[in-house]
Amino acid sequence: MTPVSTDPIPATPSTGLWSKYVHVLSVGIQNTLVYRTNFLFRAAFGLVPLAATLFLWEAIYADKPTGTAIGAYTLAQMVSYYLLVTVVDAFTAVAEDDWQIAADIKDGAVSQFLLKPLDFLAYRLCLYLSGRVIYTSAALIPVAVFLFFQRENLVGPAEPWGWILAPLSVLMAGLLQFLIAYTVALLSFWVLDVSTFIFIQFAFEFLASGHLFPLDILPDGLHRLLLWSPYPYLLYFPVGVYLGRIQGADLWQGFALQSAWVAAAFLIARFVWSRGLRKYTAVGG
Amino acid sequence: MPSFSRYAGIYSALIRYSLIHEMQFKVNFLLWIVVEALWFGLQLAFMTVLYGHTDQIAGWSRWEVVLLVGCNQFIQQLFHTLFVTNLSNLSELIRKGTLDLLLLQPVNTRFLISVKKFEIGNIVNALMGLVVIAYALAQLGRVPTPAQWLGFVVVCLAGLSVHYSLMFLLACISFWTVRAQGIVWGYYNLFNIARLPAEAFPRGAYRAVFTWVLPMLLVSNVPAKLLAQRLASPWEWLALLGMAAACFVVSELFWRFSLRHYTSASA
Repeated sequence: MTPVSTDPIPATPSTGLWSKYVHVLSVGIQNTLVYRTNFLFRAAFGLVPLAATLFLWEAIYADKPTGTAIGAYTLAQMVSYYLLVTVVDAFTAVAEDDWQIAADIKDGAVSQFLLKPLDFLAYRLCLYLSGRVIYTSAALIPVAVFLFFQRENLVGPAEPWGWILAPLSVLMAGLLQFLIAYTVALLSFWVLDVSTFIFIQFAFEFLASGHLFPLDILPDGLHRLLLWSPYPYLLYFPVGVYLGRIQGADLWQGFALQSAWVAAAFLIARFVWSRGLRKYTAVGG
Repeated sequence: MPSFSRYAGIYSALIRYSLIHEMQFKVNFLLWIVVEALWFGLQLAFMTVLYGHTDQIAGWSRWEVVLLVGCNQFIQQLFHTLFVTNLSNLSELIRKGTLDLLLLQPVNTRFLISVKKFEIGNIVNALMGLVVIAYALAQLGRVPTPAQWLGFVVVCLAGLSVHYSLMFLLACISFWTVRAQGIVWGYYNLFNIARLPAEAFPRGAYRAVFTWVLPMLLVSNVPAKLLAQRLASPWEWLALLGMAAACFVVSELFWRFSLRHYTSASA
C-alpha cells in the first residue's frame, strides 16, 4: 500500500544537509505518481458535493430579494468563497500521509530513521510536499473545468498585496495542516488503531476550518471564539486574506495567531515524537 | 425452504463471529460509534446554521430538513452495518487472491463477499437517526399511520438496496484495475448529496443524473417525504422502487461479466 515508506533510501553521496531531502522529495514525487489516477478521481468526485452545496445556497438566496446578503456575503461572494476553499484545500489537504505515518510506526519502518542521519519529521514533510505537487497537478484538470463554468464568481484578490499575503498564509496553512496530521498519526505509538482519532480530528477540522461554511455567518461571539483555535488558519483565514475580507488589525492579528499555531504545532509534534520513542518497540523493521 | 434456512444459519454464524472479533477491541468499538455520531452532529449543525439565515430551503422547513438528515443517517448507517466494510474489501480480496477461496465455497459468492463482516456498532448510530426522526416528527406535529410506517420500511429497504447495488458495481471495477480503492471511496462523496432536499437542485443535467442514473436524490428524500406526508404523487416512491430494482439487476449483470474476467492472483 505504501510504496514510499517501505522504500529504503538509496545511499547517494550527499554533499549537504539539503541534498538528501531534495532527494527524498524527488523519490516521493516518483512514488506518488502511481496514485495520479486515484487523485484525479478523488478530485473529480469531490466536485459533486461542492456543486450540491452551491445549488443549496442558490436555492436559499433564490427566496430572498436579489442582492440580499447573508452574513456579509452576496450569492456571488458566497460561491467564490467555496471555490477558493476548494483551491486552498487542493494545495494543502493531507491525502494518505497520516495513514502512511501510522503504518510506518506499526510495521517498524521508523527504526531506520533512528539509525540514519535523517529526521523523520523533515522526511515526512518532503513526502507531504511531493504528494501535494502531484495532487494539485492531477486535480488541476477537473477543478479548472469547474472553475471555468463558475468563472463569473471567481474574483482576484481584493487588494494588490493579496497576491503576496494570500500565498504566504496558504503556505503556513499547509505547514499547520501537515503538523496536525503528523501529530495525530504519532498516536500510533500508544494506540492500536489510530484511524478513529484521525476521523474525530477531521470532524472538528471540517466544521471549524470553514470548510462547511464561512465562519463569519456564525453568531459573532462564536466566530470570535473559533478564531483562537488553530482550525480557521487552515482554510478560512487564507481564503479571507485572498478575498480581502480580513483587513487591518484583524489581518495582523490573524497572521500572528497563524504563525503562533504553526510554531506551537511544531513543538507539540517534537514533544509527542520524543515521548513516543520511549514507548516504541521495533516490530519487524 | 431449506436453502433459506441454510443461508440464515450461515449469516448468523458470520454475525456471531463479527461480534466476537469486535469485542476484542472494546475501546475502538466505542470510538467508532463516537466518530459516526460526531459526523451526524456535524450535518445537523450545518443545517442549523443554514436555517439561522433562512426559514425555508426550496419549500422545506427546518424540521422537515432535520427529518431528511435523520432518514439519511438511518439508511446510511444500516448500509454501514451490513455492507460498506465488505464491499470496500473486495479490491483487497482480488489483489491478494483470497477471492479464490470464496469462489470455491459451496455458497453463493456474491452473498459471502457482501455480508462477511457485520458492523454491530453502526446499529447504534442508525438508532440515533431514528431518534432524530421521531423528534423532528414531534416538532412538525405529524403522526404517521401504521400504513405509512410500513411504507417507510419498504422505501428504506429500497434506498439501502440502491446504495448496495451502486457500491457493489463500483467495487467490481477492481477486477480490472488493482487500485480501485479511490473509486470506491469516491462513493462517499455521492452519499453526501443524498441528505439534501431534491427540490433545491434546479431541473437540469445534475438533478436528472442523480435521480435517474445514480438515484441519490431519491434514497433519503422519498422516505423523509413519506413520513412528513408531503409526497406529491405515488410516482415518487414508485420511482425509488423501480430504480432500486434496476440498479440491482445492472449490478448482478456486471458482477457476472466481471467474474468471467477474473484471473487469480495467487498460485
